[in-house]
Amino acid sequence: MADPMRIRAQAAGSKINVRVLMSHEMESGQRKDVNGAPIPAWHIQEVSATHNGAEVLSAEWGPGVSKNPYLQFTVKNGKAGDKISVTWKDNKGESRTDEATVS
Amino acid sequence: MSASVLSRTAWVVMAVCGAGAVWAQKTASDSIAEYRAMLQDGNPADLFEAKGEDLWKQVRGPNKVSLEKCDLGKGPGVVNGAWVELPRYFADMQQLQDLESRLLTCMETLQGFDAQTIRNTPYGKGEQTNITALATWVASLSKGLAFKLPQAHAEEKRLFELGRQLFYYRAGSHDFSCATCHSQDNKRIRLQDLPNLTTNAGAGLGFGAWPAYRVSNGQMWGMQLRLNDCYRQQRFPYAQFGTEAGIALSVFMGVTAAGVPTTAPAIRR
Repeated sequence: MADPMRIRAQAAGSKINVRVLMSHEMESGQRKDVNGAPIPAWHIQEVSATHNGAEVLSAEWGPGVSKNPYLQFTVKNGKAGDKISVTWKDNKGESRTDEATVS
Repeated sequence: MSASVLSRTAWVVMAVCGAGAVWAQKTASDSIAEYRAMLQDGNPADLFEAKGEDLWKQVRGPNKVSLEKCDLGKGPGVVNGAWVELPRYFADMQQLQDLESRLLTCMETLQGFDAQTIRNTPYGKGEQTNITALATWVASLSKGLAFKLPQAHAEEKRLFELGRQLFYYRAGSHDFSCATCHSQDNKRIRLQDLPNLTTNAGAGLGFGAWPAYRVSNGQMWGMQLRLNDCYRQQRFPYAQFGTEAGIALSVFMGVTAAGVPTTAPAIRR
């Protein structure tokens, strides 16, 4: 099972500043192992975020994003106590969802 | 709503461009420090910290128990502040152990893992990654505390002296010692500042930063792997996990760093 994300969500005025750290190998598919055989691509393909259940972000990612990626975004019209949930899905079909409460 | 995806690669590009534009006012190490500060906010060491905490509480191994009764030197289960007093003498093992080798002992005695198999596992593979994650979490609970390694036991004094001698011991095809790179102020390899490990502040900076996340290879490294890689660069023989040489060098650095607050888990190039 995939390791958990670290989500920090802080209210600033009427906005929420969300910072997410994901745990993923993000293999590009371009690298070779010690025997010269290509290492298969294995990376996050879809990322989505919800604010109190309503989708506020959806993104398609590719092999150019680094290992253990960091994502930062701002949500309008939010306040402390709101729920921010982030989901990623990789090209092997594995996915992970974590939720944080806005502080 | 605005969104920005910031990959590590993007940060590197930004940091490098930034350094070029303001070359006249800032030194290379200022820019590196700035780049590190930017990364610190999303230090992936956090991920290993969370994994380590989970591993500590998880029921694992042939004996199906957690590590919560593990004695890191301050009594069974005491984690807070344990790391700043390691390596220390453990009466049950009749030898000095650092954090990582002590964690392995607990995995053997409590959980029933085969320590020799794990010791022979290459760094970054299998249970070795779990030891690193555990060490990251334990170190994080001592963040900001000052080093106070015990030096009361005769063995602790002996390993300090051994570590000091090893630090200055020149050998290998390059006639290198640790001191070659780490005994003067303001030296660097490429753009990396080298801490002067013979001074109190320098030892604190160097020894107090590991386990650290290395951005260049995306790996979490413990002190044992850090020392192993120093020895590799010196063209010395392979430093096995838990080797007395590594423990001795850790004691030398840790005692020299007495009173300096720790920064681990830190972020490095």
